[in-house]
Amino acid sequence: MTSLNVPVNDPLELSAPPSLHFESVEFNPFGHRLFGPCSFTLDGPGPTLVMGPNGAGKSLMLRLAHGLLAATAGTVSWSGRGAPRQAMVFQTPVLLRRSALANLTHALAVNNIPRKLRTQLAREALARFGLAASADTPARVLSGGEKQRLALARAWALSPAVLFLDEPTSALDPAAIKEVEAAVQEFHERGTRIVMTTHDVHQARRLAGDVLFLAGGKVQEHTPADIFFSAPVSRQAQAFISGELVI
Amino acid sequence: MEENAFYVALSLLVNLDASLYQIVVLSLQVSLLAVVIAAILGFPLGAAVALWQFPGRGGVIVALNALMGLPPVVAGLGVYLLLSRAGPLGELGLLFTPSAMVVAQVILVLPILAALSRQKVEELLGEYREQFVSLGMSRARMMPTLLWDARFALLTVLLAGFGRASAEVGAVMMVGGNIDGVTRVMTTAIVLETSKGALPLALGLGIVLLTLVMVINATAYILSETAKRRMG
Repeated sequence: MTSLNVPVNDPLELSAPPSLHFESVEFNPFGHRLFGPCSFTLDGPGPTLVMGPNGAGKSLMLRLAHGLLAATAGTVSWSGRGAPRQAMVFQTPVLLRRSALANLTHALAVNNIPRKLRTQLAREALARFGLAASADTPARVLSGGEKQRLALARAWALSPAVLFLDEPTSALDPAAIKEVEAAVQEFHERGTRIVMTTHDVHQARRLAGDVLFLAGGKVQEHTPADIFFSAPVSRQAQAFISGELVI
Repeated sequence: MEENAFYVALSLLVNLDASLYQIVVLSLQVSLLAVVIAAILGFPLGAAVALWQFPGRGGVIVALNALMGLPPVVAGLGVYLLLSRAGPLGELGLLFTPSAMVVAQVILVLPILAALSRQKVEELLGEYREQFVSLGMSRARMMPTLLWDARFALLTVLLAGFGRASAEVGAVMMVGGNIDGVTRVMTTAIVLETSKGALPLALGLGIVLLTLVMVINATAYILSETAKRRMG
């Protein structure tokens, strides 16, 4: 596969995004099973939208895939050699107590980008997400939507081959949601594999290439979006998209 | 009027009494240097304890917390034994010098800075951890980021350390010796004047010391509040 060793300053070289394989993955800390066993492969064009009721294991699945949590059984693997460059955007953006620009240059420094390139890359990413005027604003006084866009700009500057988003719009108003969704589309068009959780069926309809539907820590179905929304297989998914309360 | 402590304090300040000036400068030099050295050692130590899991970590935390209350005379005694002619570091001839006073105050301040910075950094790490792991940061790389982002909280910690250093008398008395013109600082001067019965002078010195500490704290408070408001 390509895209594993893409230099960060040459982001447009991505072609097919790396595929993700879950092989009998379980997560059961303290003997209490919270996730799995699950096996699936994300190798379509995406974006992959992960849906399901609260406690279904959506966030756990993202964290296991991203490596924030280690699977207690089974294996998480990527196509190609080693894990691809990844980034994650959280429900509540975690921003440093610094300016918007410094948040980006810090992330670039951590990823060993030469000092003289950092500011330029950071400013480009800020401009792309409409934050050029806020470069010197402390990140934590930005509005909710701006904060989330800053988190996306930080991810963008790192040129990830895979981007995880954990309910990135759940606390935002419609205008901000629209901007975040546009940003997700940009990542997708750049060839980044998108794996995103959401509660919002309408959002999933707008964005999804395929849907991974979880309930009770297990994959109930994994189908292309058009099939998922027109002819869901599992009873929970049927109820979920028809607006019933799935518990 | 001459017997009024406030009048004495004021006249000491207004007349820029040379010996008072020397005492104030030495006090500030010793305590500030001690706090700076303790910060260089203590902040990374506190952050390291917050970041790394290791056997005996709980013991280290308890020890640091307990040492925040180390009696100054005990610290003074330890440094005295270390630096006395017969002691292991006696060769250096540091006893009854300002350097010895700095060493003693570093020992007093270090646990405060390490223990409190450990708490602050651990709080911040709780907020940042997932993002840091997501960025692929090693623990060693997290340390400077956390210390910088905790800078406002750490300034308060620094002030607590400075307060401890500038207020204590036991340690500097034992290892400095309160030698006039050499190792006499505000606190030891106050003790001496009190024992001589020169109460207005002692009180005057006390007022000067209090004012100095207030000015330093107020400056730091205003700086950090302004910065905090700006940074959100």
